[in-house]
Amino acid sequence: MVDKTNINKVGLKCSYKDLTLGMMVYGEKTSEAFKTGEWTSVQPVVDEEKCINCLMCVPVCPDSCITVVDGKRSPFDYDHCKGCGICVKNCPPKAISMKGVK
Amino acid sequence: MARKDRLSGNEAVAEALRQINPDVMAAFPITPSTEIPQYFSKYVAQGKVDSEFIPVESEHSAMSAVIGSQAAGARSVTATSSAGMALMWEELYLAASNRLPCCLTLVNRALSGPININCDHSDSMGARDAGWIQIYAENNQEVYDNLCMAYPIAEHKDVQLPIMICQDGFITSHAVENIILNEDEEVKNFVGEYNPEHCLLDPECPTAVGPYSVTNYYFEAKRAQAEALKNAKQVTLDVAKEYAKITGREYGLFEEYMMEDAEYAVVIIGSAAGTTKEAVDRLRKEGVKAGLIKIRLFRPFPGEEIAEALKNVKAVALMDRTESYNDCCGPLGAEVSTALYRANAKALAVNYVYGLGGRDVKVSDMVNIYNELQKIAEEGKVEEFYRYYGVRS
Ligand code: SF4
Ligand code: SF4
Repeated sequence: MVDKTNINKVGLKCSYKDLTLGMMVYGEKTSEAFKTGEWTSVQPVVDEEKCINCLMCVPVCPDSCITVVDGKRSPFDYDHCKGCGICVKNCPPKAISMKGVK
Repeated sequence: MARKDRLSGNEAVAEALRQINPDVMAAFPITPSTEIPQYFSKYVAQGKVDSEFIPVESEHSAMSAVIGSQAAGARSVTATSSAGMALMWEELYLAASNRLPCCLTLVNRALSGPININCDHSDSMGARDAGWIQIYAENNQEVYDNLCMAYPIAEHKDVQLPIMICQDGFITSHAVENIILNEDEEVKNFVGEYNPEHCLLDPECPTAVGPYSVTNYYFEAKRAQAEALKNAKQVTLDVAKEYAKITGREYGLFEEYMMEDAEYAVVIIGSAAGTTKEAVDRLRKEGVKAGLIKIRLFRPFPGEEIAEALKNVKAVALMDRTESYNDCCGPLGAEVSTALYRANAKALAVNYVYGLGGRDVKVSDMVNIYNELQKIAEEGKVEEFYRYYGVRS
């Protein structure tokens, strides 16, 4: 039995029998645990050689998937990236490209 | 101890609701169901129930309020007819997909247009695929009993779906008949308390109701919903069995009247079943082996069971009190034909549209239908499957 009050456990591998009643989301502050990244079919990938750490991609991401850690751009949070491509358009040296998710 | 009384169908529904004492009723008046919220709001004003009565500005709001209160954890109910139900359309689907076991007491009335306030089943038949459980009644006693059983079916853990308790406009809703009522305590105990596992007003576990389901989940959500509706069949039987223990009145998925050795059968829904029983009695006296199947549970549809009940029949008339505008079959015609086909049944079937907009159905009309069935059986073929009865040609 899947613990349906744990949003992390209710995912793409679940049988229809293990989804919550009426797709209700149980518990509070679930937006971080709720892996909306599984909705996308494409993901941005950074060419680390080309990245100049200008941080232009950080503020434009609508899902706060790119943060600044110790003055450096963090790895992308694919658990929440929706693949919108805004970061790709906003990267001055064109270091980010979109890859299809297998 | 049961009490004897004389009530109209609407009074019987209001009486059952008083005994059920739901947490919330939200409703907007529409003929011929207006009396239900009217009587119930009187009970609220008199303090005979603890219910919150929400006088909304439309049926769209009525069903929305019912969904909201049911999601909050309150047992909720509404009443409507015809265009009122049409205005609830969007919310009907939401109540089902959100798995909220609320109740709609429907008084069947023709959908406009042309505008008409009398009985046919076009309102609820249009909503037959909205995901609700649908139970129909022949008379006041049945609509009362069906309503007493509604919440135990809808709220059952294997079901958790909304339920529609239907009766025929005016014919049942306004006709006063003898009725046997349960004691208040009996209904209260039978229905019990509504304790959903999760609800909006649970401070221990805040809940988001009705979130967006992307393509990755929507199909699975629908599949789960379909499974729950399927479960409602067995639960309906189980609840009826429990109900019979306290009332002595027995209910199944459908009623079989003189079907044991029947050669000619009618499958019908609602008040016209009573008229048909009289026709069956008359024909039986003449030696015609007539029988009747009266649908009680229409959603989920007990197809296999009906095919089994019809297995020895030579000819069967499937009676739809609604027009489907498809030049093929009505809802009941489609469901029963499918069931017969799947069962390799030998019965010759014919599908009639009858009684639209309150067109009277007399005993002689039903006798005519049985006569037609005998002709079909003799000839061994059905010329025209989808046809009309009682309309000027
Ligand atoms: S693709 Fe969109 S969501 Fe994903 S990291 Fe880039 S900006 Fe953020
Ligand atoms: S915008 Fe491009 S270059 Fe700048 S930090 Fe982001 S990935 Fe690196």
